Amino acid sequence: MDFMTPPTWADALAIRAERPDAVPIAGGTDVMVELNFDRRRPGVLLDLTRIGDLTTWAMDGELLRVGAGVSYTRIIEELGDRLPGLAMAARTVGSPQIRNRGTLGGNLGSASPAGDGHPPLLASGAQVELASVRGTRLVPVAEFFTGPKRSVLAPDELIAAVWVRPADGPEQFSKIGTRNAMVIAVSSFSLALHPGRREVGTGIGSAAPTPRRATEAELFAAGQLPWDTLAALEPGVARRFGELVAAAASPIDDVRGTAAYRRHALAVLAQRTLTWAWRDLCG
Amino acid sequence: MRLTCTVNGTTRTADDVWAGESLLYVLRERLGLPGSKNACEQGECGSCTVYLDGTAVCACLVAAGQAAGRDVRTVEGLAPEGELDPVQRAFLQTGAVQCGFCTPGLIVSVHDLLARVPHPSDPEIREALAGNLCRCTGYEKIMDAVRLAAAGGAGS
Repeated sequence: MDFMTPPTWADALAIRAERPDAVPIAGGTDVMVELNFDRRRPGVLLDLTRIGDLTTWAMDGELLRVGAGVSYTRIIEELGDRLPGLAMAARTVGSPQIRNRGTLGGNLGSASPAGDGHPPLLASGAQVELASVRGTRLVPVAEFFTGPKRSVLAPDELIAAVWVRPADGPEQFSKIGTRNAMVIAVSSFSLALHPGRREVGTGIGSAAPTPRRATEAELFAAGQLPWDTLAALEPGVARRFGELVAAAASPIDDVRGTAAYRRHALAVLAQRTLTWAWRDLCG
Repeated sequence: MRLTCTVNGTTRTADDVWAGESLLYVLRERLGLPGSKNACEQGECGSCTVYLDGTAVCACLVAAGQAAGRDVRTVEGLAPEGELDPVQRAFLQTGAVQCGFCTPGLIVSVHDLLARVPHPSDPEIREALAGNLCRCTGYEKIMDAVRLAAAGGAGS
């Protein structure tokens, strides 16, 4: 196994193109576990931690460009005001040590159905910037995942950044697990309200082969929420929203929970997050 | 490969480091620093917590090569030779040690917490230590140790 430390993004892309057996590593919170347990022996470990561009974020027009190497700790501390839903999810990742190292790009690269960063990115309609020596492309997060731990990332591509519009309304994230820390979600749900355009964004985690939106639930809530009057949320609307979110999932039974429990939990999470977010909006 | 980094203020070099090796393995097996413990090797237990460029991380999840040229500080380097850091003294004074295996990682995590938040609330302490597991169930004494260290009661 080789260890390669490209100093620039262009060098990293060149190595990635030349060495299809390279595995990119940033925070190492997924990759090192596989190495430590003999589950993976890549030809090259491609260390991305010396590439300064990857760990920066900035506004570009109306969008935020968050480098793939920005850690969860920095998302919480530096982007909590602009991306509150993502910051809430980031607070539930692992432990302080894990949040200090783990990155948003790594979360996407691992493409776990349970990745904590995915539901809020889905809810806010984020795009993933993928780069290779062939060029750069933007993929909506909703089209990024293709299966459990699989994505549209080509063998010669690296994840450069996430593009996302700063929150234009309340956002919420909620996650079910056996304890608050160090937990892989049994199921999770993220919600974004866009009062300006009267739309609702959703993201379901750990309850389908990929993270996914609950499109019917989004349309239902957008049509039923009293945007004009900002009246209190009707319990029937919240309940129906929860049912539609649960129906959008296709969970399985596994060591962390049953499919039936995951559906039930999602319905509860969806109702709660909608209730909280609507209350935030109405002040 | 050859790995050179600063460990506890001293430039250290290790040879024949395998590309997939962890910083934890380098510290324990190549540099003679067994204070950082190897328990879970998956970032769950926090026993290997060290500072990497001033940030608390699990050494088992840092690839050795990622530490090249960086500044590493382990539990052995919190106080000068022959002395104890106030956090270490607080753990001793409160009996916050049972089998002792989780202790070095906890000490570094508490050291990091108190550097960032000198007077943490109980929920802040619990959150900061959420990534450090003690299987002897000694958490209450550990909480006492953090409160004592934060209050300056363990000396400076």
